[in-house]
Amino acid sequence: MNKKLLIGNEAVARGLYEGGLRVASSYPGTPSTEITECIAKYDDVYSEWAPNEKVAMEVAVGSSIAGARSFCGMKHVGLNVAADPLFTASYTGVNAGMVIAVADDPGMHSSQNEQDSRHYAKAAKIMMLEPSDSEECLEYAKAAYELSEKFDTPVILRLTTRVAHSRSIVNIGERNDIGVKEYVKNPGKYVMMPAMAKKRHVVVEDRMVAEREWAETTSINTVEYNDKKIGVISSGICYQYAKDALGDRVSYLKLGCVNPLPIELIKNFAANCDKVYVLEELDPFIEEHCKQLGIDVIGKDAFTLQGEYSQNLIAKVIFGETKPTMKADIDIPARPPVLCAGCPHRGLYYALKKLKLTVSGDIGCYTLGALPPIGMMDTCVCMGASVSALHGRNKADESNCKNSVAVIGDSTFIHSGITGLIDIAYNQSNSTVIILDNSITGMTGHQDNPTTGKTIKGDPTTAVSLELLAKAVGIDRVRVVDPYNLKECEDVIREEVAADEPSVVISRRPCALLKYVKHNPPLKINKDKCVGCKMCMKIGCPAISIKDGKSEIDFTQCVGCNVCSQLCKFDAIEEGK
Amino acid sequence: METKSIMIVGVGGQGTLLASRILGAALVSNGFDVKVSEVHGMSQRGGSVVTYVKYGSKVNSPIVNEGEADLILAFEQLEAARWLPYLKKDGTLIINTQKIDPMSVIIGNSVYPDGVLEAINKAGAKTTSLDALSLAVSAGSAKAVNVVLIGVMASHMDLDREVWIDALKSTVPEKFLEMNLKAFDLGYNYNK
Repeated sequence: MNKKLLIGNEAVARGLYEGGLRVASSYPGTPSTEITECIAKYDDVYSEWAPNEKVAMEVAVGSSIAGARSFCGMKHVGLNVAADPLFTASYTGVNAGMVIAVADDPGMHSSQNEQDSRHYAKAAKIMMLEPSDSEECLEYAKAAYELSEKFDTPVILRLTTRVAHSRSIVNIGERNDIGVKEYVKNPGKYVMMPAMAKKRHVVVEDRMVAEREWAETTSINTVEYNDKKIGVISSGICYQYAKDALGDRVSYLKLGCVNPLPIELIKNFAANCDKVYVLEELDPFIEEHCKQLGIDVIGKDAFTLQGEYSQNLIAKVIFGETKPTMKADIDIPARPPVLCAGCPHRGLYYALKKLKLTVSGDIGCYTLGALPPIGMMDTCVCMGASVSALHGRNKADESNCKNSVAVIGDSTFIHSGITGLIDIAYNQSNSTVIILDNSITGMTGHQDNPTTGKTIKGDPTTAVSLELLAKAVGIDRVRVVDPYNLKECEDVIREEVAADEPSVVISRRPCALLKYVKHNPPLKINKDKCVGCKMCMKIGCPAISIKDGKSEIDFTQCVGCNVCSQLCKFDAIEEGK
Repeated sequence: METKSIMIVGVGGQGTLLASRILGAALVSNGFDVKVSEVHGMSQRGGSVVTYVKYGSKVNSPIVNEGEADLILAFEQLEAARWLPYLKKDGTLIINTQKIDPMSVIIGNSVYPDGVLEAINKAGAKTTSLDALSLAVSAGSAKAVNVVLIGVMASHMDLDREVWIDALKSTVPEKFLEMNLKAFDLGYNYNK
């Protein structure tokens, strides 16, 4: 047997591959990104980065109906974007199997909210499986294709950060490629207009009954009886935490399928145990199901709706156990992430700061510009909201046009900023939208996108021209600036904010971490000239610090972008060699 | 055997992820059940980073909680202090004495505390501290600091040296292998 230590996402990719995946389309989003990156390594599977999650899911729907087993992956908030096809794909069902992976982020390691995707499965009436380690990621992904075709439904795999990004040992198996199934025209199943959809809704409800019957006996839901004084119902990573915290001192009902939830299985388990706890992160999804069945369980009253669970939390709540700890008696400053040395966003933000603008922000590395010392973001809600929210702000009070801008990355703009820009052009607000074009999807770890000219496999392809796109929707004023040039940024943005018509400024400079980007030698401080005025510190570059009253540049981090030297009034920052 | 818990902590960009992969590879090849937990995404960019590695006959949770770590490998002083509550009472804390200022310190909103190592020792932790950066430079590259630290960690564990060397060979590029082997031994022999 071929054993490998894989992160959950790699194991999902492997399971899909072994399960006969043929077409994969996703939009990157932590903690789901690596699934599709790993799929891209299989030459016998078609894979792509889609412009957004809605497109990705529709590609998967189309592929499934055409007869090829398909996949789309996304983070929890991505499922909001894809919710429209999701609810109706439940009605059409599948031809070849279709699997959706959604990765929730309890504790918000890299997200803007803590939503619980299990509600989507229930609301859309779609089967949802939840693995608890990499081995199950592989097994469930593979099984999901069989279940999808057996019940004629898309199947959702729900991951959380700790499952998606933890490595554990998996057994690699063989690929079962079923080829492309025949497509048979069937408007009653695949054209969802009222007359057909009414009939399909009946099919969906019947299907849920059949799935629930399956859930009562499937080996994906397991019972382990130990001491029966306490029973624990859990799924996903919480099961692993519980095993660590409670060992064989309690009995377990582990639910590999979280939608639909079984009824008799849970009732029997609860009847066999004196006291039952439900261990689940985020919302009381399983708990409410139990309570609806009239089963007395302890859940959120004893635990928490916020953040992650842990073995310590579980041991403390159930057995009152704590572990001794040590603590250093010093104040430890926090260490949040920062914009990298040489990040092109920094220069652009400095110009916005100088112009004292209100900034409608968006999701990406540049969201870090909200933190000190830059502190140049007023709002950040979701992908694309910077552009449309700026339009709303400017419609609320026209004078805002002269003091506000939106900032949005290249990938995010394609994802859902473009629709907001069309609104600006169509409904005429004098809004200024700044596209931070760093030629890559940066935050999630460098994925190509429709503006980069490369596919997921690195092959050359057509690239969206942001300039032509903006002009095509009706924006006449389109300017391009280099964010390493502070004066140019400031002058152009001042002019565009003042202009009496909508405008787009493209701040263009590739991410400093891209392999093809050539760096200048690190800059040096001329200690004779430096007066310690700290002007260069205002941009919040992690390579600059103050030592003995003078600035100092860390040669291991500096990439010679020269943004700091444009701020120095004493010419104390010199070119390196 | 009972599950052992290790944490590798540092600042995003210091090479903690590679260190956890070498450790994971060494443990798997020794026949253990292994789980490694990493956090990707935002925290890589100059933020505080932590990787958990657990091994034994059967590992459940991939996460290490407060008071559970048998060994913490800290790539930076302040991070050693930050994660100290995760160390078991009789656990081992290996500290690279390198200091990296957080942004709040750089811009003067907070100070990098004095006497970090003293405070850690006073709290009762069993520590080994060393200037791994200098050892890495003497091995040939500042970037090998993670391999020096792995060497120190290896000297505190029960695996054969050969297992580590094989794990290194399977993880680092061929052209840097000699330098990394040198870095490993500088760490491995540090306490001897």
